[in-house]
Amino acid sequence: MSTLLEDEEIRLTTAEETPELIAVLSEFTTVDQVITAARRLRIAGFTRWDTHSPFPLHGIDRAMGIRPTILPWLVLGGGLFGLFGALWLTWYTNAHDYPFLISGKPVWSLPANIPIIFECTILCASLTAVFGMLGLNRLPLLYNPLFKSERFRRVTNDRFFIVIDVSDPKFDLRQTPRLLRSLGAVAVEKVED
Amino acid sequence: MADEIDNTSDDPREKAPLVTGGLDYAGVTDTVCNIAERKTTLAWKIAFLIAISWLGILGACIGYLMTTGVGVWGNNQPASWGFPIVNFVFWVGIGHAGTLISAILFLFRQNWRTGINRFAEAMTIFAVICAAMFPGIHVGRPWLAYWLFPLPNQMTMWPQFRSPLLWDVFAVGTYGTVSFLFWYVGMVPDLATLRDRSTSKIKQIAYGIFALGWTGSNRHWHRFERAYLLLAALATPLVLSVHSVVSFDFATSQLPGWHTTVFPPYFVAGAVYGGFAMVLVLAIPARELFGLKDLITQRHIDNMCKIMLATGLIVVYAYADEFFTAWYSVNHYERFAFMNRVWGPYWWGWFTMTFCNAIAPQFLWFPKLRRKLWVVFTIAVLANVGMWFERFEIIVTSLTRDFLPSSWWMFKPTIIDLLMLAGSFGLFFTLFLLFCRFLPVVAMAEVKTVMPHSHAHPEEPGHRRDEHRSDYWPDEHRPDTDDDDSGYDPIAPQAVPAPA
Repeated sequence: MSTLLEDEEIRLTTAEETPELIAVLSEFTTVDQVITAARRLRIAGFTRWDTHSPFPLHGIDRAMGIRPTILPWLVLGGGLFGLFGALWLTWYTNAHDYPFLISGKPVWSLPANIPIIFECTILCASLTAVFGMLGLNRLPLLYNPLFKSERFRRVTNDRFFIVIDVSDPKFDLRQTPRLLRSLGAVAVEKVED
Repeated sequence: MADEIDNTSDDPREKAPLVTGGLDYAGVTDTVCNIAERKTTLAWKIAFLIAISWLGILGACIGYLMTTGVGVWGNNQPASWGFPIVNFVFWVGIGHAGTLISAILFLFRQNWRTGINRFAEAMTIFAVICAAMFPGIHVGRPWLAYWLFPLPNQMTMWPQFRSPLLWDVFAVGTYGTVSFLFWYVGMVPDLATLRDRSTSKIKQIAYGIFALGWTGSNRHWHRFERAYLLLAALATPLVLSVHSVVSFDFATSQLPGWHTTVFPPYFVAGAVYGGFAMVLVLAIPARELFGLKDLITQRHIDNMCKIMLATGLIVVYAYADEFFTAWYSVNHYERFAFMNRVWGPYWWGWFTMTFCNAIAPQFLWFPKLRRKLWVVFTIAVLANVGMWFERFEIIVTSLTRDFLPSSWWMFKPTIIDLLMLAGSFGLFFTLFLLFCRFLPVVAMAEVKTVMPHSHAHPEEPGHRRDEHRSDYWPDEHRPDTDDDDSGYDPIAPQAVPAPA
């Protein structure tokens, strides 16, 4: 079965099964359009889709319904780990394992160890922020079918894209590209893997 | 680009454009990427040759030091810190401007930072590398530098965590690591831009690996922005702590001229002052050479001059305060230490420092002089010279003239000291030139967010764009507004898994 949409330069087919169709890619030219489209798609009930842009779009989180990330809690955990880890480290090494008396200072005193504890807190929290962000985003992911699209290369330059996954329950091979066009997409393309 | 628009007005009714020359998104991308994509210029090759030659000299000096011993330096018994620690404090200080721009100005929503933050952060990392090298080789037996870290070893000994010198290891180590993470994370989207524009397979793979597969997904951007904000919030106390900890090396000792509580804020202000001077020293030639005048505009230069002036005045205040405290303390040794700085054998250092840090920046009060780039450049160079001499004065005058005249001795740098100082600039500029050649020198994604058309809320209920707002622009492509807002609930979030 093959379907040709009117005024489409791209044919969306299901006949040839060899490359598997995994998503539909649509290109937008302005921030206005992509945010409007995102909001409409969310209202329409799409769930497995994403917008791609060269920079973070103000207001897109609300338009798409992105839940706030748990990253801050992970960072809090990382920071607390650094804090108590360093507290333990300074106590264990200087006061417990090898009590080291120097200049008549007490072998264990909190003020003298605050700089170390502070630095370790910041270090662990920062490492958690970076690697937590990458982990939650499932990066690095060097292979992505989206990179096969020549058009998609402009996503890091000046264009905005909406990608709807075929596994989305609302996805319809005929209607979804039409919907995207009606929302202002200048081009609709299939993504195959 | 010949005639620049004046965007330095302080009138709040005028919105100063941060990107000039009528650049659009693609224009920004082209301007920045061209620097990394075009053929290597002759000017770059010559500069790189000079820088790497000095790096070679530094390497030879370190080799000589390792095979001979610390006697190759002018360090002696009272002045056992000498040039290596002067250079260490100098380079750590330089780094502070980068973190201030990337973290503190970010938290304060100073959008102008986007034009300069990338290479200021790069400057920070390279300065920290230069800084970390000096104590590393100053320990005398650098192959035992691992004693600085709490590693279990055959002696069953641990580092002494109550020592400010060990605090330094942790402060500078954390600072270097966090600065690098901040810089790299911010660069990932821009590396993806270079990946997507690359014409050869090698470039595509090289940039592609470091871009980590970034697709600009807004689900990713959401976490990215949150991570960036958290890093900024963490880096802010960190940057203030680093030079404070460095100043503890001095302040916790009992030497006259060092043992003062003013040191932490004084050092931090001095570091920001010297660091911004270094950003200007790098930015003024870079915007000419790389054609970045539309992104690093006169307003950026102007703002940096103002920060230099403000922090410079704090430094002047600290200088005055030190003298006042010495006088007010009625402490014989403290008073002598400061009179000795001005009239003692190192008087030339004090006068250089005072001229460069207290007098020269006063020219920045005048807007006309801030517009003359050669004036700004000269003042910035002088500020760096002044800040180096400040550290020289603090370290050398106090060490060579302590409580007992019988332990006084003069410090004279050797040729190796001077070559190593110059060589550290070779290391710094080699790294910086490589960065300019291969990486995105301006944070493109961030610059795009401060351009006027990046903000749109076209369809929010009840929102009408106000033509009288300064960021108003007419938009023909605006989609027809529809009225299906009935089901629109802006608050209810939706569980949306990312597409596989």
